[in-house]
Amino acid sequence: MELYELSALELGKQIRAGVVTQDEAIAASAARIAAAQPDNNAFVTVADAPAPAAALDASPLAGVPMAYKDNICTRGVRTTCASKILGDFAPCYDATVAQRLSAAGAVSMGKLNMDEFAMGSTSETSFYGPVRNPWDLTRAPGGSSGGAAAAVAAGEVWYAIGSDTGGSIRQPAAYCGVTGMKPTYGTVSRYGLIAYASSLDQMGPIARSAADCAAVLDLIQGKDPRDGTSLDAPAGRLLSSLTGNVRGRKIGLPVDCFGEGLDSEVRAAVLAAADVLRAQGAVVEEFALPVMAYVVPAYYIIACAEASSNLSRFDGVKYGWRAEGYEDLGELYRKTRTEGFGAEVKRRILLGTFVLSSGYYDAYYKKALQVKAVIKGAFDEAFQRYDLLLTPVSPTTAPRLGESLSDPLKMYLSDIYTVSVNLAGLPGLSMPCGLDSNGLPIGAQLIGPALGDLAVLDAAHAYQQETDWHKRRPGGMSKGGDAQ
Amino acid sequence: MKITEELVDYVSELSRLKLPEGEKAAMAAELEQIVDYMDVLNGLDTADVEPLSHVFPVKNVLRADEVQPSCDRDALLSGAPASDGEAFLVPRAVE
Repeated sequence: MELYELSALELGKQIRAGVVTQDEAIAASAARIAAAQPDNNAFVTVADAPAPAAALDASPLAGVPMAYKDNICTRGVRTTCASKILGDFAPCYDATVAQRLSAAGAVSMGKLNMDEFAMGSTSETSFYGPVRNPWDLTRAPGGSSGGAAAAVAAGEVWYAIGSDTGGSIRQPAAYCGVTGMKPTYGTVSRYGLIAYASSLDQMGPIARSAADCAAVLDLIQGKDPRDGTSLDAPAGRLLSSLTGNVRGRKIGLPVDCFGEGLDSEVRAAVLAAADVLRAQGAVVEEFALPVMAYVVPAYYIIACAEASSNLSRFDGVKYGWRAEGYEDLGELYRKTRTEGFGAEVKRRILLGTFVLSSGYYDAYYKKALQVKAVIKGAFDEAFQRYDLLLTPVSPTTAPRLGESLSDPLKMYLSDIYTVSVNLAGLPGLSMPCGLDSNGLPIGAQLIGPALGDLAVLDAAHAYQQETDWHKRRPGGMSKGGDAQ
Repeated sequence: MKITEELVDYVSELSRLKLPEGEKAAMAAELEQIVDYMDVLNGLDTADVEPLSHVFPVKNVLRADEVQPSCDRDALLSGAPASDGEAFLVPRAVE
């Protein structure tokens, strides 16, 4: 068996047992990155000399090569957000997540490509070129954590840390046939995550299985005094609590997530996943969630409003890139921001500024916050009756490169099944549940109540005991890159 | 609602952006399409609903007022586009 075919937990176990050395694992990862990067462009920065774990007994994942999305601050390592404006920005501090993972023996292989400032659903808006889907290089890997999903799918790293504001972990995981989890808002510190929409942003793992995701979350969840929104909730022991048993679990299928606009092959695969869970003893039933009609506009108003405020810090003064040829301070700001941000980022800043501006605030921003309250109420009500919800992750499988960027509104609408989870602060997981007739991966989404992260992971774990979709690999993967 | 090029200019100035003349019409059209779509929210009656900005009732998060080390000045200035070793350099802002 090639090393890249192991799960992160299996590799960690072999490293601890001395079957595989840490150096061999790092060399295998580096070789696969070198082989895959020209094709999929998953990395913005590849580490020259990855720092090995100091102690192999630090965690079950010690010594396992991984990588960070490039909007997560890493001390002394370029952190670009896939933007020209952050170009050579090398933070003088680590994100809490990176600090915790380093202490747990994670080996960072570099920084992963993404949509610029995490704004996009295809990872094509990167200043450093688009990411391509390892399953079909003419297609997008999804976004915005497209580099993270592509790198895990191509066996370059055993897991990655992404961020999810409206589906940016779950949707690329679905398009690339890997497992991704957005945990409950506030359970993972956002300190050191370059903010897009602070009330929605959350970091989480992309890996080969729900068990690997649980192992990563055990290392990164928990209260952090440096993030005022981090929750003082119990953390850890997710992995050891997995039972793989869903007997008696009540799972709701929102009919509003299976209607118009959903590709028939995606629908069939997600309903087949429901059948697997039913056969394992879960009680699965349909219910109505009409509030789904309002989730996309509410999400884009709130996300863009927060982005317009968060991105005001990029001004060409304190760090990053500065335009040339300005007469005064105002022109320095305007030229730097206009030339430094890409088209999608500027569109969202303008939209966000518009919905917050005097005369439009009540009609758009305040209205969206009211709709958010209604959406949260609808999910609270659903979780009175169900332990979990099951939906598709995206209406289609991976689109062709270039297809989505030509129509921004259409791209926004494709986020329909994922954004509500962020608006309501819930845990959501994307797991592979089939392949379409083009051989492209299909994802199913499990959603839990707030702090129900374990129930979400456990149902996915149960599903992955019964099926092997999560073990499928993109075709045409060369085996030459492996050191073993 | 009609998004005019004048409105694009207005929000651009608030955003400290300056779109080239050739890009304004397209941006106005795209924003108009998106803003029009957002009007579907008017289909939901929210007259008695309190706006929700944060999903969890976490408020007044305080910490002990203790000095914590942060990055030193040289490290902070090292990423600046222009500095004199002590401060960020910008064009004169006050006459």
